[in-house]
Formats: sequence, structure tokens, C-alpha cells
Amino acid sequence: MRAYVIRRLLALIPTLFFASVIVFSTVRMIPGDIIDLMISQNDISAGGADREKLEAALGLDQPIYTQYFRWIGGILLRGDFGSSLWQEQSVIGEILARLPTTFQLGFMALFVALIVAVPIGVWSAIRQDTWGDYLGRSFSIINLAVPGFWIGTMVMVFPAIWWGVSPEVKFVPFSEDPIGNILQLALPAAILGTSLSAITMRMTRTMMLEVLRQDYIRTAWAKGMNERTMVVRHALRNALIPVVTLIGLQAPILIGGTVIMEQIFVIPGMGLMLLEAVSRRDYPVITGVFLVVGVAVVLINLLVDLSYGLLDPKVRYR
Amino acid sequence: MAKLLEVSGLTTSFRTERGPVMAVDSVSFDVDAGETLAIVGESGSGKSVSALSLMRLIPNPPGEIVAGSVMFEGQDLLKITEAEMRAVRGDRIAMIFQEPMTSLNPSLTVGMQVGEPVMLHRGASWKAALERAGELLARVRIPDARSRVDAYPHQFSGGMRQRAMIAMALACQPKLIIADEPTTALDVTVQSQILSLLKELTRETGAALILITHDLGVVARYADRVSVMYAGRVVETGTARDIYKRPQHPYTQGLMACVPRLDQVLGRRLVPIDGQPPDLTRLPPGCAFAPRCGWVTERCLQERPSLDPVGNGHLKACFVDVDARVGEHV
Repeated sequence: MRAYVIRRLLALIPTLFFASVIVFSTVRMIPGDIIDLMISQNDISAGGADREKLEAALGLDQPIYTQYFRWIGGILLRGDFGSSLWQEQSVIGEILARLPTTFQLGFMALFVALIVAVPIGVWSAIRQDTWGDYLGRSFSIINLAVPGFWIGTMVMVFPAIWWGVSPEVKFVPFSEDPIGNILQLALPAAILGTSLSAITMRMTRTMMLEVLRQDYIRTAWAKGMNERTMVVRHALRNALIPVVTLIGLQAPILIGGTVIMEQIFVIPGMGLMLLEAVSRRDYPVITGVFLVVGVAVVLINLLVDLSYGLLDPKVRYR
Repeated sequence: MAKLLEVSGLTTSFRTERGPVMAVDSVSFDVDAGETLAIVGESGSGKSVSALSLMRLIPNPPGEIVAGSVMFEGQDLLKITEAEMRAVRGDRIAMIFQEPMTSLNPSLTVGMQVGEPVMLHRGASWKAALERAGELLARVRIPDARSRVDAYPHQFSGGMRQRAMIAMALACQPKLIIADEPTTALDVTVQSQILSLLKELTRETGAALILITHDLGVVARYADRVSVMYAGRVVETGTARDIYKRPQHPYTQGLMACVPRLDQVLGRRLVPIDGQPPDLTRLPPGCAFAPRCGWVTERCLQERPSLDPVGNGHLKACFVDVDARVGEHV
């Protein structure tokens, strides 16, 4: 088990290297670079001299590979992700300050997705082709078809028009008011969670149907078991193995979803930070956030793989 | 005295794309306490469906029990509620299935699965159930049984899994055990071990056994009585001895002729039954075996024979007096 984890962590290195190269070079390919932005915002006359001075000040005059090695070297040697080109704040400090909020939103959304998807998926399977199944499947199709950002926007806009109420936009940190904080994140988490639940629900239903056809389920019936015990003890565990895989694969979608929800509900997480950084071409911030997200996605998938061992006794890590 | 189990007129229909199929059609048989009844027939003859029907384990849809009664200890199992039926399953009637490799849940320990009926029907705690599972596994001669309680099915061989299935069936000391081809998926050497064990344990506990099989060798060795099924119907019933010595139905005779026997003349050829097993969606109006039968008469093609006594508790569903015509036929 330990050897397996170490091997998986070592495999992280090449993955993250390629990810960092791609991220580092692509952000610099976005049309309209930071220098243009700074010049236009500060109303400086676009003289060639100013431009070169700015580039030199920001270190952008160096060849791209020099910039890359300076950046990656800083991370590897000093854990320094560089500073924002606009505010000169430490990128890693800013990320660490915002990461917990994004993670909280992500986990809350995942929690919602699972408590919606698994019961509906199981019910749809054990009542296959009844009105309950049709209702469950319709619900999942609607969630799949209607984008979360649209629901999010509607939830912000319509209560304001009809009743003059809108969700609180002033962020309540968890450390100050945990309940208020959870309540504030509940709405975006619910919207993100239900839209994530669609695929998970379909997967749960399909796997349950598959498991319910197995011989060992017939054995369970022949023992005189009632349906609930049969589902909980004999079917669900076997059906959930592929569902857990799916959750791992959905991690990037989940993170992408939090970026959108943070924007709509003005939640100061990494998503909002990323969005602002992209619009301001703040390269160190963008690359820093992407790198952290990449590490998170890989680690989530490692956790998912390790959790198979809990569900499936045939899995042993060597 | 009433029999332990009396199945009469049991009819199970399946909905298919080509219309309803009577997988089991007016099947009747009975089992006395402690007796072993073998139900014999080829694939698709309705023997497994009969067993699942009397346990009410036919998946509905597509299957449905449309007629008949299953009297078990004075109670019609087809008339009681589902909750009452659950109390019967695994407690008074237990079932052993054909595929030991897939009939155990891969994600639960063998001990949990073997002890589970005790918990369900006797209200035992997990701890007591696991303890009982240890005893049961020892009883079916799994070596080192106590420590195997925590093993998972994939750590067991096919023969051991089937032993575990038997242990599970014995858990609540049922009055009747139904074994649906319990040895088909096993090696020949393991087959006889499993059957001997099953027979020995039913004798010890006084449980009756319904042994579903297509293997006539098994029947000869282990059964007291035999019912032969063909195309969803019972075509002949009698004591194992009578069925062997004096098979009355041409189909039974055909089955006997295609099995090698130790007591036969050396050099005799095995005779296969001509033709194909019938398509249940297109059964002929008369006897289902008529198209393959060497003795077929005009009447066989028009009329369906009923299961009638030929003396000594022996019944057959055939118009032809086979004994009288043996001379005519080679």
C-alpha cells in the first residue's frame, strides 16, 4: 500500500511538468498581453520606451524558457510561486487564503451531488420502468440539459425582480460565522451539486441494474431477505465501485463549476481569483492557480483509486 | 399423512417478443419429509423455473406464475403474502444454485453470507451469526473453517464455494433444500464429493432434497424418486429404481440410451435422441415429444397426453404402451 502511494506520487512529477509547460506557454499566447493592458489602463502614451521599460520591470523581456525556469525554479527551491504582476502580492499566499473556500464549495457540491444521485439512482433501478423511475430519469436529464450557470443567474435575478430579495453578496468567512458561511455557500453548492448529480445518477442506476441481475442477488433473495437489506448490504457496495471512479473523473468539472459559481455568487475563492487574473493577464497568478488545481485533481484521483480497496476486497495495492 | 411439499398444476409463463411462453406447464410433483426427489431434464425443460416458481423467485416481469398450488407444511406458498414468503425462504426452504462462482457476493466475507440467514430468521447478532457460520463451514468440511469465516469468495475454489453455499442452506436447518444443478460448474471429482456431502447432511438433518439435474448418473446414486421433465411438463415420475429398470416414457428411454452404464453389454453403442429440443413458443398441439419419438401415433400428434398412473406409484404422460411394443422396435 505505501509503495503504491509512493509510486503514484512519483508519477505526479512528469504529469505536473507537462501541465506546467502547457499552462505557462498557453497563457502567454492569449491575445492582448499584460503590457497592452497596463498601458491602456494607465493612459500612458504607447511609446516604445515605456513598453520596454515595463517589460523589463516585470521580467517579461527574457526569452520564454528563461522565464519558465525562473518560475519553476522558484517553486521547487523556495516554494515561491512569484507575485502578482499588478499588486505584487505573493501568489501562493493568495492561493492558500482562497483555497479553503473553493474546497469547501467543491465538497459541499459533491456532497449534494451524491445525496441526490445515489438514492435516486438506486430507486430508479429497483423500480425500473415505473413512474418513479421515469421521474428520476427526467430529473437527471433536466439537470444535464440545464447549465448550472443559467440556474445560478436565474436564482440571483428572479427573486430580486419578484420579491426584491437577492442572496447576500458580502462574503461571510467560515472562521467568523460557520453557520452563516455554510448557508451562504449552500445555494451555489446545491446548484453545482444537482447539475453534477445527473451523470452520477445515471451511472448509479445502470450499475444497480447490472448488479441486481447477478446470481448473488438471487441468492440473497433465496435467503429470505427484504428489499432494503438486499439493496444496502448486497447490491449498493458492488454498484458503487464504478460510481466512485466517475466522481474522480468529475473532479475537474467540479472545479470548473466552482469557478463559475464563485463568479455568479461573488465568493472569494480561487475561481474568482483565476477569472480576474485571466482578464488582467496576470500570468503568475494564472499559472499558479492552474498548477494547484492540477495537483488537486491528481490527488483526488489517487484518493479515489485508494478507496477501491475499501469497496472491493479483490483490490490489493502492491 | 400429508406430504411435506405438494406441487400441483404449477404453471409459469414468461412474456417474450414472440408471445407468452409456458416455461412450466401444469407441473405436479411431491416430496416427502426426508426424501430426495430428482427433477431431470435437458436445458430449457423447465426444471429450474419450477424450483424458482415454488420459491416465488421468478422475476416479474417477464415471468409470472399463472396457475397451480404449492402446498408446503399445510400452507399454499402461492397464496401467502410476500412478507410471509420471506419468512419461509432461507428458513424452512433453502436453495443452492448452479454457479458457485457467481452465487456468492464478491464484496462480503463468506462468514457473513453463511451466517446471514441465522441473523435474518433467528434474530441472531452478527457475532453469533459469524460463530454459527464457523460451525457450518466446519460441518461442510472446509479445512480450517474458523479462520475462513473472514475470507472473501475470491479466495475460495469452486468446490469450496459450493460447500459454503451448502453451509448457507443448512444455516436454519430447513425442512426442504432445493439444489439447482449444484455440481454442473464443478470438476468431476469435486462433483461426487459435493453430492455425497449434500446427501449425508440432508440425511443427518432429516431435510428433504429436491435435486435438479440433467445428469442421470447423479439421479441413480442419490435420488429416491425421479420426475422427468420435457418442454415444461412432467412426462414421467417414479421411484429411481423403476425409472431405471422400467422407463415407461419414450423420452426417458431415450435419455437412458444415451448414457453409458456399467451394467450394460460391452460394445453397445450409445444412442442419441434424434432431433432438437422443442421451441417453447411453437409447441405442437399434441405431445411435445412426438416429433422426436420413435413410437409416435396419430393420436400423439392431435392430443396432449396427461400424467397417468401405470401402477406402483409410477406415472407417465404417454399414449403408447411401450412395454407391449418393445418387440416391434429396434
